[in-house]
Parts: sequence; C-alpha cells; structure tokens
Amino acid sequence: MQAYDLTQTALKKFSPEEQEIALSTQNLRVFYGKHEQIKGIDLQFPRYKISAIIGPSGSGKSTYLRSLNRMNDEVSNARVTGKICYRQLDINQRNIDVFEMRKHIGMVFQRPNPFAKSIYDNITFAPKQHGLKDKTKLDQLVETTLKQVGLWKEVKDSLTKSALALSGGQQQRLCIARTIAMKPDILLLDEPASALDPLSTSVVEDTLAQLKTHYTMIIVTHNMQQAARVSDYTAFFYDGRALEYGATSQIFTHPEIKATDDYVSGHFG
Amino acid sequence: MNVKRQDKLATIILYVIAGAIILVLVALLAFILIQGLPHVSWHFLTAPARAFEAGGGIGIQLFNSFYLLVLAMLISVPLSLGAGIYLSEYAKKNWLTGLIRTSIEILSSLPSVVVGLFGFLIFVIQFNFGFSILSGALVLTVFNLPLLTRNVEESLASISHAQREAGLALGLSRWETVLKIIVPEALPGIVTGMILGAGRVFGEAAALIYTAGQSAPALDFTNWNPFYIASPLNPMRPAETLAVHIWKINSEGIMPDAVAVSAGASAVLIVAVLIFNLVARWLGQRLFKKMTSS
Amino acid sequence: MDPIRQRLLKKSRQAKLEKRGRLIGLLCISLIVLVVVAIFYFVASRGLATFYHDKVNLWDFLTKQVWNPGTKDSHGVPAVGALPMIVGSFLVTIFAALVATPFAIGAAIFMTEISPRRGMRILKPVTELLVGIPSVVYGFIGLTVVVPVIRRLFGGTGFGILAGTCVLFVMILPTVTSMSVDALKAVPRYYRDASAALGATRWQTIYKVVLRAAMPGLLTAIVFGMARAFGEALAVQMVIGNAALMPHNLVSPAATLTSVLTLGIGNTIMGSLENNALWSLALILLLMSLVFNLVIRWIGRKGAVKS
Repeated sequence: MQAYDLTQTALKKFSPEEQEIALSTQNLRVFYGKHEQIKGIDLQFPRYKISAIIGPSGSGKSTYLRSLNRMNDEVSNARVTGKICYRQLDINQRNIDVFEMRKHIGMVFQRPNPFAKSIYDNITFAPKQHGLKDKTKLDQLVETTLKQVGLWKEVKDSLTKSALALSGGQQQRLCIARTIAMKPDILLLDEPASALDPLSTSVVEDTLAQLKTHYTMIIVTHNMQQAARVSDYTAFFYDGRALEYGATSQIFTHPEIKATDDYVSGHFG
Repeated sequence: MNVKRQDKLATIILYVIAGAIILVLVALLAFILIQGLPHVSWHFLTAPARAFEAGGGIGIQLFNSFYLLVLAMLISVPLSLGAGIYLSEYAKKNWLTGLIRTSIEILSSLPSVVVGLFGFLIFVIQFNFGFSILSGALVLTVFNLPLLTRNVEESLASISHAQREAGLALGLSRWETVLKIIVPEALPGIVTGMILGAGRVFGEAAALIYTAGQSAPALDFTNWNPFYIASPLNPMRPAETLAVHIWKINSEGIMPDAVAVSAGASAVLIVAVLIFNLVARWLGQRLFKKMTSS
Repeated sequence: MDPIRQRLLKKSRQAKLEKRGRLIGLLCISLIVLVVVAIFYFVASRGLATFYHDKVNLWDFLTKQVWNPGTKDSHGVPAVGALPMIVGSFLVTIFAALVATPFAIGAAIFMTEISPRRGMRILKPVTELLVGIPSVVYGFIGLTVVVPVIRRLFGGTGFGILAGTCVLFVMILPTVTSMSVDALKAVPRYYRDASAALGATRWQTIYKVVLRAAMPGLLTAIVFGMARAFGEALAVQMVIGNAALMPHNLVSPAATLTSVLTLGIGNTIMGSLENNALWSLALILLLMSLVFNLVIRWIGRKGAVKS
C-alpha cells in the first residue's frame, strides 16, 4: 500500500446559518492502553441528515462511532479525549449522565442483538425501565415503531413470540425499532447491514431513508455503494484520521484527497 | 510383546476399569436401596427417632434437613447472585480482583469440618446462637457460597457481550441490564448450579455436627409460630439432620436397629440427591428450551 | 433552557440504580472475603494458643507420638504429640490417591478415547451420581461392608488405614475421573491425528501423546482428589478406628486429623489445653488445604508455560 500524506485533509465545515449541527467532535482521540487508535478527529454532523463514515478496515470507523455515545466507557483500558459537542454541552465529561445521554444518542450494532424476550418486550423493555407504564401507550409505541421500520405487517400477529425466531434482517429492523422507541435525537449505526443478506440489506436501507425526516443518523459502512445510496454526507477515514468530509456526491465523484480517490475507485480496501 | 497385542491388552484393561466403576456404583446403589428401601415406610418417614429401642423413624431429621436447606438457600442464593454479578460485570482486572478470586477458591477447597468448626466458634459461641438451625444455615451458607458464586459468574460470562451492549445503548444501567436481561438468559445454568448445590447441602454432615447440633428435640407440628420453642419453624432450636443422624447412630452404637435405620435413612438421602440431580437437569434443559425457542 | 440539556447534567434514575447495584455486589463479595479472613484469623488464633499460651513446643507437637492431652509426662509437659494423626491423614490420602489414579485415568481414557459415545451415555452419569452421594453414606457402607470384610480377611477389628483408604478411594474416584476427562478433552484433536498418521496404534497414541499432553491437567485432578481425601471427616472417622496411635499396619485402629477433631471438639472445654490442641490440628488441616491449593496453582502455571 502506498503512503499518503496524512496532514492534508479536506473537511467540510458548516456555517450555523446554513445548517444546524446535531453533533460534532473536536480533536477526538481514543487510546487503547498506550496505543492511539483515533488520532484527533474534527467532524460536524448536520441535523436530520444521514452521514456515512467509510474507510478501510482498521481505520477506526467503529471506534470513533462507539465513542460518540461513550460505549467505549465500557472497554476497560480505553480512554477518550477531546470534545463531543451535543446541545452545547461537551458530553465527554464526567458530569454528564451517560445513561441519560444514551437515551438521546442511540446505537444499532453490526450483529442484530435482540434480547431473548418477545418482540413486544424487546421494544417496551427499555421504555418501561425508564418509567413508561401505561399499557395503551406501550401498545401504541410498539405499533408505531414497528411501522416505522416496516416490520408491523410481518409480525403484528406474533408480538408475543421470541425475537430470536425472526430472520436476521427482521431482527436488525427490530433492533432499530427498539432504539427509536426511546425517541432519540441521533442514531448511530455500526455497519447495520453487514451481517445481512442483500434483500434484507435493501429493506434496512429503505428503513433508514424513511427515518431521515425525524432523526440525525451517522452510519459506519464498509460498503461504498451503500454509503452512496443512503447518505447525504460522507467522511473518509484512514489510519485513525478523517481525511475528507463533504457531500456524498462530491466525495464519490470529485474527491479532493488522493487517498479518498484511490479508495472510492477501489484501489485498496 | 508387539505393539498390536499391547494395544489390544490396553483396550481390554480400560474396558475392565470402566466396567469396574459402573459395578461399584451399581453395587453401592443396590446395597443401599435393597438394605434400605424395605425399611422405608410412611411410619419411618414421619415418626420421631428412638434412641434405645428399635422401631424409630426419621421424621424430625427429615424435616430438619429440608428446613435447613431452605434457610441456607434463602441466604446463599441472593448473596451468591450479588457476588457473582460483581465478579462478572463490575470487577476490574487487577490484583484486588485476583485476590478476591483466590480467596473464593480457597474457601471452596476448605475441608467442611474446618468450616463447621469456624461456624461453631463464630455462630454458636461468639454470636451465642447455640446449636441451632440458624447456626447450621449460616455455616451451610459459608460452605455453599464459593461454589454458587463461581457458578453464577460462569453462567453470566457465557452470555454474549452484545446483549450487555444492547441494554447499555438503550440508556439502561449495567445493573438493570444484568438483572433483567443477562440473568434471565443465564438462568438455565444458574438454576442447575443452585439445585446441585442444594443436593450437596442436603447431604452435608461434617459442617453441621457442631453447629446445628446432634439432637432432635420433639417438635409440635401443630404450632407453626416460629417463636414457640417446640415449633418446627423455630430457628433457634437444635436440629439434627438426616445425614448427621446416620453418622451419629453409627458412632454411638446404642440404637439396636441402627443398621436398619441407617440403611433406610441412606436410601432416603440418596433418593433425594438423585431427585435433585434429575430435577436440575430437567429444569435446566426446560429453561434452556424456553429461552431459545419461540 | 433546553430540558434535555438539563437532564443530561442531572443524575438519572439509571445512574442511581447503577451505584446501588454496584454497592450491593461489592457488599456480597466483601462478605465472602471477610468470611475467609475470619476463618483464618479465628482458627489460627485458637490453634496457635497451644504454642503461645500453653507453651507447647511446635517441634514436639509435630513429631511426638503420644496424644493424650489430659495427661502430662514426667517433665510436666502435656502429651500432645500429633504425629500419629498427621501420619494417619497422609497415609489414607496417599493410598487413596494411589489406588484411585489408575482407575480414574483409565475411566477418563475410556470416556474420551476408546468409547466416547458409551462413555458419555453411561459412565458420565455414573460419575456424576457418585459425586452426589453424601459422605456419611460412604461411611455407613464402609462400616457395614468394608470393615467386616477386612476383619474376616486380616483378623483384628477391621478398622484402620485400609478401611479408610477403601472409603476414600470410592469417594474421590468420581471427582478425579471427571477432572481427568476435562484434561484429556482439552488435548487438541490434531495431536491424535498426527500420531495416528505416523502409524501409531491407539494405545501408543494415548500413552505417548495424549497422556503426556494432558499431564498438568491430570496432576491437578489427582491433587484435587488428595485435597478432598485429606479434608474428609465423617466417612473416615466412621471406619478408621479412632485410636490416636502410630499405625503399625494397615488393619489396626488409627486416627486422622479430622477424626480426632470431630470426636474431640464436643468433649473438651473451650480454652483448655485439650481444646487448644484440637484447634492446632484444625490449623494443620487449614494449612494443608492451602498447600494443596498452591500445588494446584503451581502445576497450572507450569502446564501453561509448556503449551
């Protein structure tokens, strides 16, 4: 693999009048023990848009995403420095209630991970824990969220069945439904379709497009076609850095950085 | 001797060994059941023991065994759950956790007679509980805790990390996630371990002779007020269990039909342990099926 | 101000739950550690009183052969020589391990190498059942079957080291077997395939490859069994004869640390020399259990380096 000039970057900055920013990071660094995995990333994610993060494996896409709602707190030797700005707060601070924050910044994982409970309970479990007890409201929540992910017709007669009996694609859509049942601001999606078959993938992609009107989404993907299809903005990650960030059409047609160009034209991956 | 014949001989010897072990078990079970079961009757299971004459039963001892078991499990199950959850979910990988694990390992390998003597010193004398159900239940807890804790920890560790992430990503605390998602999923393993632990407690005697005591005063099965002295539920009364009873009548040698009573009591003990084993397996499998299938 | 922003800066219900849950877990685990510390402290403080308070010489205690704590010898020193019990405990433990080892490893080989299907279907439940049988039942069978047989064969009372060995052999056999099975199962499949591909017979493969690779695990199993045998109280006490004398043969009444303890503690007065001397025996038991633990760790570490 050829060496690239990693100091040269082209990162889009939004002006406040032009676009409201839902989430941004400043000089974000992630260390695993002594090893620096993310080497200072500054990005802004606009509200009600889908931003994709692409890049070769090992470039730190997932690590970066997982630090946005502080899931890296759970990794024993991980340390995250820098700012994560959300609602004019730096949420990478100790005084921020991390549980409350995760209600607003939800996450969907690479492998579908429904609870070993019924479909109904999968969606209502967390809202119940957070204090929603009204049965009719819970019923309503299940119906609306399942409709939002396009799963309602398929499962409405088997809500009491175990979620583990669903297909992989259905499970993943259930996981998305479970996350949006929390009514989050932001959805973080970590390669949500990589473990799915092509048909399920396209259903999940449609689901994301539908959700865009209400949610800000950041999606990590190794599938460039997927990024091109679903996202408004795309960031290219390389070796723990964000080298280029801009409108998706521009990243895929006229990239400014050599590394981006080589990557999107398939010279390495 | 050539290698082929050596191989054949070795195989034969291994078959003999395997057969011998099966034979030992069959002989053991046959001896106990053939000697003991004819002696087991409703009268035997319910009547109080008689010290100097034949024809006594094991009613009080049997009740004591169960009562002690229930109390010991009531104390040790929540404690081991808490400790197991801490070890598997919260403990960081450092020297302190290593030390905790080592001490649990040491506790699990201590001879039960030493645990019993410790219980005698602490509960019976220091806390002044005397020879009582309470002392016995506490010492059985000490005896049971390390194994149950390890079982809980291992059962929890076998559940995928993705399930914990799922809970946390929904803004739930680790505690809620573990208690309401991970523990139910790990239930087959936990329940199996608990029942096997119960079986071990049921047959334990060495830890009890100096804590729950070696006497079984008459009980009044019509008064269940736990504060009444002869009440079956009174936790402060001495309570000889079935296992201790077998040991005692054989060591004293004053009961004329000691062998018959011991055989009968042994048969009851073994049947109980068998039932514990079968129930553990059955319940474990059933729970597992219930968790995984739709 | 933005309500979500405000909530982010407050402590949520979840944060409180987390704190409480963590504390509960910590309390449970601390209790267990506390119990372990307390066991060592109390047994040690009682057991050492013999030497500090009653001024018994430690060396005499470990090497003298007369155990009669109520009496004093011609020099006015109480007769507390624990050697007969120490020897008794070690003899039954070592003999039981010697007899059980070939049976246990043989059965384990049968279950993993010769006939895994039948082994798992029949032998595994059999060993699990044997593990579950309470020790008093073993003691009772020892008393009513083993002791009379020995009496008939060798004369005397029938009680003694041999009877103790027989009972302990059957008691530790299932534990050692199931641990040996785990050790043999941990040997990777390709070891066996490679050996078979070189033209070795099944027995050669087992003997020269599988057993050697599984050696640390098998040793751990045996030491584990010995630890159990050493600490077993009632089953041994019922058949050993309970005479605190140096064993001169295998069929004369003898005693072990545990047997003297179980019989003595109830018949002595707290704080008296007779009682303290018994606690010293308990301390020896406790320390031996530690030693067995250390040996198992040491084997584990050496085995880990090799593979």
